[in-house]
Amino acid sequence: MTVDASRGADAPPELVQLLTPEGERVEHPDYDIDLTPEEVRSLYRDLVLVRRVDLEAVALQRQGELGIWASLLGQEAAQIGSGRALTDADMAFPTYREHGVAWCRDVDPVKLLGMFRGVNHGGWDPKEHNFHLYTIVIGSQTLHAVGYAMGIQRDDATAATIAYFGDGATSQGDVNESFIWASVFNAPIVFFCQNNQWAISEPLEKQTRIPLYRRASGFGFPGVRVDGNDVFACLAVTRQALKNAREGQGPMLIEAFTYRMGAHTSSDDPTRYRVASELEAWKLKDPIERVKAYLFKNELADQAYFDSIEAEADQLGADLRARCLAMPDPEPLAIFDHVYSEPHALIDEERAQYAAYLEGFER
Amino acid sequence: MRREFKLPDVGEGLTEAEIVRWHVRPGDEVKVNQIVVEIETAKSIVELPIPWDGQVTGLLADEGQTVDVGGPIIAIETGEPADPQTAALAEDLVPAPPAEGAVEPGAHGSPAPKEERQAVLVGYGVKTGATRRRTRRTTSTIPADPVANPSRVELEGPPSGAAPQPATATGAGRAALAKPPVRKLAKDLGVDLATLTGTGPQGSITREDVRAATASQPQPEPQAQAQPQAGEERIPVKGVRKMTAQAMVASAFTAPHVTEFLQVDVTETMDAVRRLRTLPDFAEVKVSPLLLVAKAVLTAARRHPMINSSWDEAAQEIVVKHYVNLGIAAATPRGLVVPNVKNAHQLSLPGLAAELAQLTETARAGRTQPAEMAGGTITITNVGVFGVDAGTPILNPGESAILAFGQVRDMPWVVDGALAVRKVTTLALSFDHRVVDGELGSLFLRDVGAMLEDPLRMLAWS
Ligand SMILES: Cc1ncc(C[n+]2csc(CCOP(=O)(O)OP(=O)(O)O)c2C)c(N)n1
Ligand SMILES: [Mg+2]
Repeated sequence: MTVDASRGADAPPELVQLLTPEGERVEHPDYDIDLTPEEVRSLYRDLVLVRRVDLEAVALQRQGELGIWASLLGQEAAQIGSGRALTDADMAFPTYREHGVAWCRDVDPVKLLGMFRGVNHGGWDPKEHNFHLYTIVIGSQTLHAVGYAMGIQRDDATAATIAYFGDGATSQGDVNESFIWASVFNAPIVFFCQNNQWAISEPLEKQTRIPLYRRASGFGFPGVRVDGNDVFACLAVTRQALKNAREGQGPMLIEAFTYRMGAHTSSDDPTRYRVASELEAWKLKDPIERVKAYLFKNELADQAYFDSIEAEADQLGADLRARCLAMPDPEPLAIFDHVYSEPHALIDEERAQYAAYLEGFER
Repeated sequence: MRREFKLPDVGEGLTEAEIVRWHVRPGDEVKVNQIVVEIETAKSIVELPIPWDGQVTGLLADEGQTVDVGGPIIAIETGEPADPQTAALAEDLVPAPPAEGAVEPGAHGSPAPKEERQAVLVGYGVKTGATRRRTRRTTSTIPADPVANPSRVELEGPPSGAAPQPATATGAGRAALAKPPVRKLAKDLGVDLATLTGTGPQGSITREDVRAATASQPQPEPQAQAQPQAGEERIPVKGVRKMTAQAMVASAFTAPHVTEFLQVDVTETMDAVRRLRTLPDFAEVKVSPLLLVAKAVLTAARRHPMINSSWDEAAQEIVVKHYVNLGIAAATPRGLVVPNVKNAHQLSLPGLAAELAQLTETARAGRTQPAEMAGGTITITNVGVFGVDAGTPILNPGESAILAFGQVRDMPWVVDGALAVRKVTTLALSFDHRVVDGELGSLFLRDVGAMLEDPLRMLAWS
């Protein structure tokens, strides 16, 4: 059996890394990136702010203000790196955990909270942000993304699609079918798999016998594993993959090797199935600490800068909390608004019936 | 302004949780999102952050108490001016369960309160809470013919001005309304749903209705929920106590236990412990006799791998483990827990010391996680700390041996034909006789004893 003719099935997996956990810049022959100090600082800022958004959401859930929340803790670099590689014209298809990507697509975080608070059914206009709605059905968005990419192709447009999914999702038929369609049609799509080592309580070894990125070669397109806790590498590799896709070179699979540092969702208790030492080991590879170390060592930022970002994050958290609590209850009839893009007789009838029913109550 | 924080549903459909530990006391200052309490739900142990800045004025539930979702657990003085409007809004994020027999707001012509936010966002919401409905207009615009419009009927609340009438489930030839878990319960208890009158929303039959039906049936057995007699106290079995009980019953009544004893002169071991403590490698870690007992068990297990195995009943196989996850039974404030040191066989002696210290510290703090207790292969229980010599320990389920290590005390002992005062302890080894025969058990116990009598043997057998 040949899995990867060039390297052999047993070759140790290769990892693209540009910034070590200690904050040392390293070179890679295929992928590199030239970032100004200003750009590095703004990546750092994004990482810190999305972590803060996430933290506030976790707390709000624990206070009964959100029904559920899926934390992105530990995956900030994978999301900010890939999200910042997108151009306005590119289209992203997220799972339910892509709060960092949403941030890069200028989706107001309070809109993410709205969905988990149950006061909206999605919260933002996907067209306005080129960021599709959160998708809970594991892997299904990869098919939508490929369809969208094929549309771009047919429009002769210069844009690419990126589909986000997890390690567990790679076991879904949808994901494998989407790989085939993308490959056969040479669709302009980047498959961005955040391998956070767990699918709820199922560890990676229950999903695959080979490194996930090597799956791509079986479908006929390139795959690469990137250090998912290295924002430089995630940005560099995704940028390149999107560029290739836009230029007609077809799909690519990026496996961002990272770690879900929190629970699967607020309803989950990871201490039941994984040992504390695993988390401790990954804490040493924290995606934010290494950028901070890099900035510090190279004197690209001082303590005052870090403090100002901290303060901004706290302000963001407090503001998000206040706006979350102030979100109005949904207008009951809004449920009918986005079922079809065009007028629809049955929906109109149902809306009228429901309106009449609501009228039957005293105000 | 005084605000009460009410127990939220932290896990999609939970109805109650137990207060495990308070992190704050009355008088403490708290900040937004500061962790104030740990609770244990049916799913996990969860830390709850407080949503306000302020001062704790009261803890409204005790540690160990089970609280319904929506019940107030802590009061905070926030220092904000009390604004009656916002206060009502904020405090009623989760409504407290109304008192038994409370009248539904709006019914009986009582004024319906202003609509309140109910932030039980998922699942079944507060346990005993009545569903709050807005009042229907007297002249309904909807045709209210139940036959013509059966689905509508279920959507409607009780007519205003009338007391809520429990709908008769069997009325109008309809099948009894009940959720699947309630149907299952009824089936299990042998209750015919068609004979019941539902008190739930839209006249549906609730768990309580089903239970009430069984209670009214003649009871052959005495009620499980017995009342305490004078001079007795009844403690509900739950948490660690429950887990311990299940594990012990499972073990004691599946694995035939044999226990053997050995008295050992551990003077040399005690001396070795003192000397190890002076070595720089052990400067940072705690060296105790338990460390050398652990090392001796690991060494003996390598010499006798069958002792470190488990009985697989389903497969009819004995699973011999070529690694050791060394369990240490620890008495904690919450009861007995047996966390294990993973891959203890691979650790250096200082490494083992560090792991043991970490594990006992975590256990004492009551923070041992289930994953840390899973997958043990052999266990040591240090009964000596309780000031006793020996016991007949019960196996940790899934393991084939457990060693009890008694207290070390000065005893008269014959050394080279003369009486001497020596440090002596008793070792007791219980083993699963399905897997381990008397010979192997004795060999293992003797080896452990020999290493503790002369620690040099540990080197020789390593
Ligand atoms: C089709 C489908 N099956 C099962 C589920 C339940 N489910 C929710 S999340 C999840 C695990 C997903 O793991 P992974 O793809 O690794 O993503 P992660 O949550 O780790 O980001 C599962 C099985 C679902 N939502 N959809
Ligand atoms: Mg995953």
